[in-house]
Amino acid sequence: MSAGRVAFGYRTRTLRSRWVSGRVGLRSVVVSTALFLTALGLGAVALTHGDYPLTLQQVFAALTGAEQGFERTVVLKWRLPIVIAAVVFGALLGIGGAIFQSLTRNPLGSPDVIGFDAGSYTAVVVTILVIGKGGYWWVAFAAIAGGLTTAFVVYVLSYRRGIQGFRLIIVGIAVSAMLVSVNSYLITRAEIEDAMTVGFWAAGSLARVTWTPLVPALAIAAVLIVSAALLAPALRRLEMGDDAAVTLGTRPGPVRLGLIVTGVATAAVVTAAAGPIVFIALAAPQLARRLTRSAGVGIPAAAGMGATMLAGAHLLSLLIAQAYRPVPVGLITLCLGGGYLIWLLIRETHQRYGLTR
Amino acid sequence: MTDSPGTADPAAGRPRVVVDDATIGYDKRTISERLSMEIPDGSFTAIIGPNGCGKSTLLRALARVLAPSSGTVLLDGKAIGAYKSKEVARRLGLLPQSSLAPDGIRVADLVARGRAPYQNLIHQWRPSDEDAVAAALAATRLTELSGWLVDELSGGQRQRVWVAMLLAQDTPIMLLDEPTTFLDIAHQYELMELFRDFHDQGKTIVCVLHDLNQAARYADHLIVMRDGRIVTTGTPRDVITAELVESVFGLRALVAPDPVTGTPSVTPLDPRTATVHPVEPRDPDTDHEPSPPRRQEKESTR
Repeated sequence: MSAGRVAFGYRTRTLRSRWVSGRVGLRSVVVSTALFLTALGLGAVALTHGDYPLTLQQVFAALTGAEQGFERTVVLKWRLPIVIAAVVFGALLGIGGAIFQSLTRNPLGSPDVIGFDAGSYTAVVVTILVIGKGGYWWVAFAAIAGGLTTAFVVYVLSYRRGIQGFRLIIVGIAVSAMLVSVNSYLITRAEIEDAMTVGFWAAGSLARVTWTPLVPALAIAAVLIVSAALLAPALRRLEMGDDAAVTLGTRPGPVRLGLIVTGVATAAVVTAAAGPIVFIALAAPQLARRLTRSAGVGIPAAAGMGATMLAGAHLLSLLIAQAYRPVPVGLITLCLGGGYLIWLLIRETHQRYGLTR
Repeated sequence: MTDSPGTADPAAGRPRVVVDDATIGYDKRTISERLSMEIPDGSFTAIIGPNGCGKSTLLRALARVLAPSSGTVLLDGKAIGAYKSKEVARRLGLLPQSSLAPDGIRVADLVARGRAPYQNLIHQWRPSDEDAVAAALAATRLTELSGWLVDELSGGQRQRVWVAMLLAQDTPIMLLDEPTTFLDIAHQYELMELFRDFHDQGKTIVCVLHDLNQAARYADHLIVMRDGRIVTTGTPRDVITAELVESVFGLRALVAPDPVTGTPSVTPLDPRTATVHPVEPRDPDTDHEPSPPRRQEKESTR
């Protein structure tokens, strides 16, 4: 190697062999790894909590098969799928948020804010209340179809010689508001039991996740994670504007479509299995970015942060359940996220309109 | 339409970049209808013309950012849209009018993005990538600033970062869309000198410019556009005349050799004195009395 080394201004590690070569920021790798380990740790602690308290040793014994009886059933059959769901769904939400915040170049542009969650929600409400089907596959299909349809509508409505981020967000918020009113109307017209079914689902809870819906969700999650990883380099080029992306050999149209489908699907898969869990997609990428101090919104760190946040929210909901009564995890993220959104809106307004920083 | 030099045999020696009967525009708004032109290989071509004449649109079509609604843009004899996108990106690069630097990105990271056409899933950072980035940083005198945040740089430095990214892309053809706009005069000339260096190293440069004096000084081939059509092409000496400036830009001007380079230089006439005391030159090739004092006045006010 001749010419010279490039100083990047932060610590990087270069990997080179005949087959692969790459360069990573050390801080990003450390932060992302730490976040995933934290998520796993929180998940392990969550396995000990519940109506039947266990110690970490008992959990470990149950997981390894050293302990066979009731404790193994509690851990493996009931609690483990929920904890896996918390970690994986959190990561998916973080990925979806990172994709859309990059595409819209705006920290407000996450799927939950721009109406895709609301679209899934409406489709599920219609499926349960109007069509009268409340089974898992119906709900899952409705959530995914509703999310994609809403994404398409928002995309078309905000298309004017290409997509501009801020317009997409405003249109998304408007569409979302309209969908919420449709939901409310349908619920007022529903039978009380159906309305309660919808209500439980709409609160966003991991408590009812079992292996049956989790396995297909994990399979889809794997596909989405691979697709996000493949599209990530092109996403970074799109951030610089379409002209710059084209000149570097990226085709913005297909790439953006692939990213939108991937991003919407992350939100839809989670919504299908657990109901709407809001604000993680919004907050995780931005919090992760502050930790990694990297350029733009990084997908791995956002995934790690999302996993940590949802695993943390799950543990918190178990602790609240012990002290008081069960609170769905979706409500916890809603409460914590609401505060974050207020802070973000104030900061954005200041920046956009040049008020005091 | 004047033919550019060195294209006598249309079949064998066709230039690398050719526009063949292309209609270019946005949505329903056509900017250029049935335009044909070519970029002489190894030239420093400047595209000039008034605002809205379609010069940036043409450049964007050359860079396949914009697909013509009919006709073709040919790169090395093949329709540019028929290539793999990365294949084009290794032959021809564009410096867009405006690009967005991602929040919190550092100079070297942004320049390294110019290597995208050479990277794939498993090879993200080969030694050749690092060499190209180091060379691009050195050529644009950014090596010292490579670890800085792009947001911390001045306007002139920031534009150099984008140029470095284009340089790292290592393409034989460089398309530059108004690269000097928004820069102060010293940074404008600094950048133009840089492009001249690239040209000296054998690159074909195609540059949309507003400043006719810069175009005349640095380019060896001019393409003059108006209302979406090409008015004329040729060397600056042949093309830049008072008549052309008046007919294309609607500006009455004195065209005289630049005292430093001898290339044509355009000085607008004062419309008030021009109407009272018409001093419009009859012959653009001869030197005129009013020009030297004017130029001295300009210099003394700096």
